[in-house]
Amino acid sequence: MMGVLSTVSTWALPMTLAFILLSGVARRVPVYDSFVTGAKEGFGTAISLIPQLIAMMVAVSVFRASGALTMLVRALDPLLHLLHFPPELLPLALLRPISGSASLALVIDVFKIHGPDSFLGKIASVMQGSTDTTMYVLTVYFGSVGIRNPRYAVKVGLLSDLVSVIASVFFVTWMLQ
Amino acid sequence: MMNVIWVTLFGVGIVVAGFTGHIEAVTAGILNGAKDGVFVSFGLISIIAFWLGMMKIAEDAGLVASVSKWVRPFARWLFPSVPVDHPAMGSLIANMSANILGLGNAATPLGLKAMRELQELNDKKDTASDAMCTLLALNTASLTLIPATMIGLRMEFHSTSPAGIVGATAVATLVATAAAIVLDRLFRARSRRVKREGITR
Repeated sequence: MMGVLSTVSTWALPMTLAFILLSGVARRVPVYDSFVTGAKEGFGTAISLIPQLIAMMVAVSVFRASGALTMLVRALDPLLHLLHFPPELLPLALLRPISGSASLALVIDVFKIHGPDSFLGKIASVMQGSTDTTMYVLTVYFGSVGIRNPRYAVKVGLLSDLVSVIASVFFVTWMLQ
Repeated sequence: MMNVIWVTLFGVGIVVAGFTGHIEAVTAGILNGAKDGVFVSFGLISIIAFWLGMMKIAEDAGLVASVSKWVRPFARWLFPSVPVDHPAMGSLIANMSANILGLGNAATPLGLKAMRELQELNDKKDTASDAMCTLLALNTASLTLIPATMIGLRMEFHSTSPAGIVGATAVATLVATAAAIVLDRLFRARSRRVKREGITR
């Protein structure tokens, strides 16, 4: 299983890119021009992250440097240990559904402290990458047509985030270690 | 919500630093944090620009329309309350197809279009319909085949295998999306039951 998954990981990106290029050529798309047009938007997208990321990185960095994060992790350790859940990742798991920038800041913090290839770094990568920011999507979609009563949509969104968190820990533990 | 999160992290950090006697950590934390925010955002320009460029090719090649063929029967099963020939069905299929291809930028406008068209079919305009809840379940779980931003971020922090998490991410996202679909069905059935019992009583 580990072999299959690492093969998938190695091949997925190059294969996807080759597929996109070939489809573009087959459909007579001016691939170079399309690429440049699309890539232009990338600059704005990345730069527009700066204000939120500064705000969140400062808060996370102060929270970490003050020792508050270590205290929180120590306090939760006995409980989370029983569940086989790494306590360092609890803040990330809790904030992932609420704020994309806060969770990204927490992933960066994990990368800085433990490294992207550590056990925690890999789980954080999968947690951040495998789902979208539930509360943000709900606000944008329901807000756009003036829905005030979301019925069970919030519960479904948050419960599937819980599944995604558990799946992230599970699959990284069993397949990437 | 963002206010609460930000003030809690920031405020608790400052207070704890004061009590534990290393208040100087606050200043260092602020400077480092702000620097990281800028550093990371600039670093992400490379991968985001590249990825959006490739995605534009996929969009121009009409891959959304190609995938639609395979998505259609699945969409009918997911959205039984939407008439097959209603424009909403077309938008729902397009939104699902764009999500499967990882075209996040294209998926959101299509999803919002689907919401407007579902609102036409909705009896109670301020309450989410069954179909809307299903659409939200799919979009909050967000099936992700290639987590491009995470690959870029891992590159920035000198990972020896930035794409090493693609396989695990694909499995995790599939499981979470499947769970979202099942949960949506369960909650829908429950809300119908509650409604029916409410009427007979």
